[in-house]
Amino acid sequence: MEILKTYKLYIGGQFPRTESGRSYAVVSPSGQHLANACQGSKKDVRNAVQAARKAQGSWAGKSAFNRSQIIYRIAEMLEARKGQFLEELQALGSDLKSATQEVESSIDRCVYYAGWADKFQTLLGSVNPVASSHFNFSVPEAMGVVGVVACQQTALLGFISQVLPALIGGNTVVVIANQKSPLCAITLAEVLATSDVPGGVVNILTGEVSEMLPTLSAHMDVNALSIAPIEAKLQQKAQEEAIDNLKRVRIFAEPLYAESAQGLPYISDFQEIKTTWHPVEQIAGGAGGY
Amino acid sequence: MLGNLSTPELSSLLALSPSIDQIGTNERITRIQARSIKGAAKMQGLRMALSMIDLTTLEGKDTPAKVRQLCFKAQHLHDQAADLPTVAAVCVYPTMVGVAKKALGNSGIKVASVSTAFPSGQAPFEVKKLDTLYALDNGADEIDMVVSRGRFLSGDYQFVYDEIAAIKELCSTARLKVIFETGELDSLDQVRKISDLAIAAGADFIKTSTGKIQPAATFPVVLTMLGAIKDHFDKTGQMIGMKPAGGISSSKLALQHLLMVKEVLGEAWLSNEWYRFGASSLANDLLMQYQKQLTGKYQSAAYFSID
Repeated sequence: MEILKTYKLYIGGQFPRTESGRSYAVVSPSGQHLANACQGSKKDVRNAVQAARKAQGSWAGKSAFNRSQIIYRIAEMLEARKGQFLEELQALGSDLKSATQEVESSIDRCVYYAGWADKFQTLLGSVNPVASSHFNFSVPEAMGVVGVVACQQTALLGFISQVLPALIGGNTVVVIANQKSPLCAITLAEVLATSDVPGGVVNILTGEVSEMLPTLSAHMDVNALSIAPIEAKLQQKAQEEAIDNLKRVRIFAEPLYAESAQGLPYISDFQEIKTTWHPVEQIAGGAGGY
Repeated sequence: MLGNLSTPELSSLLALSPSIDQIGTNERITRIQARSIKGAAKMQGLRMALSMIDLTTLEGKDTPAKVRQLCFKAQHLHDQAADLPTVAAVCVYPTMVGVAKKALGNSGIKVASVSTAFPSGQAPFEVKKLDTLYALDNGADEIDMVVSRGRFLSGDYQFVYDEIAAIKELCSTARLKVIFETGELDSLDQVRKISDLAIAAGADFIKTSTGKIQPAATFPVVLTMLGAIKDHFDKTGQMIGMKPAGGISSSKLALQHLLMVKEVLGEAWLSNEWYRFGASSLANDLLMQYQKQLTGKYQSAAYFSID
């Protein structure tokens, strides 16, 4: 007998059903009913943001090296579950070749961002010349909770390309998954839950973007938005609603599944630069440093 | 009649304390918790809960500055929202009563002082008396005393009774809240018994916990205490106040507590004269919920004061 999987949400390290009790059918391009997914609601968004906020401090507080190890661990777990992702991608309409390529690129991207964990600070930070007796330096800091509307063209690679750079910089995320093809995102949640990513660092919601995005973009406890190409009207509404607490909104025009959609800018998008003026003693006659 | 029962009289009074049906209690609570309060009723509930808070700081590291800060917060909960009520009282240690009294001025907010060697109550009676007098001399409007749980658990009811009655006598016009520390009392039967005892000894309010011990104000404990208040009222027509303290940190819990009071005791108790929440972090959660109701947007702790 074939046992079909129940796809649920991923919030705070748990797999709850949506608070609203609703579901929707996920169908393949040929119209075949693949699974039912949760149709998330406003309250699920609220719960997810709460979980993300709770997890943020300790996630940002981990050493860069440790975060690197954890992201690398995701790559290891993805590798082990490759078969499952291939099946899901093919069910959603990819051919074997492009499915294989998507999974392999995703794994590569994990390893790539794992490497960045202890390096981007050096590149984004600086020691600044000032004309007074201060040691003045700037360092990047995580913004906090980042709301993500995942890539709607790909089921896996786009998701990874948006989430990892935010994560490696110490942010926690609430992701609204690909609406039509949310299956890989939830399978990825299982990967995250069994790798060493602490509960609440990544939270994944499935359902209608148009229903959940307004709540996410208006939420005062969300610090930034990362939005993959979606309907222009929705984008604009999100930007308007983000104003109240001055969320940074990054809207990606480029395809996030492209080979080139990785790099330092994707990390710095969700970093805040903090500059510190540290008084230094000026010994009489001593030359100023910077 | 209050405060001078002899040992046999007290024993026969306590023999009347009913034993509590735990399963029934839990059933009733489940039903109360299943209700949902929305819209205008929720707004009213949030405002009511705010007005019932005893804003509390009871830490070894309390300083006059911290207490002044708390008193400011008590008067300015969230100035962005118009027409908010103030909290009912500020609850502090006896040494901070003078500071709080001065900081609150004529705002109408009461100063409550914990007393009788809070939180353990392990001090000679003379010391407890001095502790209480010190708070009263400095202007405390309300005294939150702890009972001697050790004596109660070992069956020395007369001792506990006399102690409460003696402190009540010292209080004169100040209202006396009696803290049971239900987390140390093991069973609901004991909670009911000590409620009856404290009410007989002259408590104006009965209060669950110090906030220093877990579990604190659980629903079964509060429901049991409300039952004692109700029975006393039915018998004598005298109202006794209730103050759950410790562990009520979210609006949802606070609203459920209000539902329970309304259901058990009725509307008469829905004011800060007869019902209080002992809490420190609850206020901010209520304010965040209130703001959410006003704006339709989920709020962030970053925009509300750190107490």
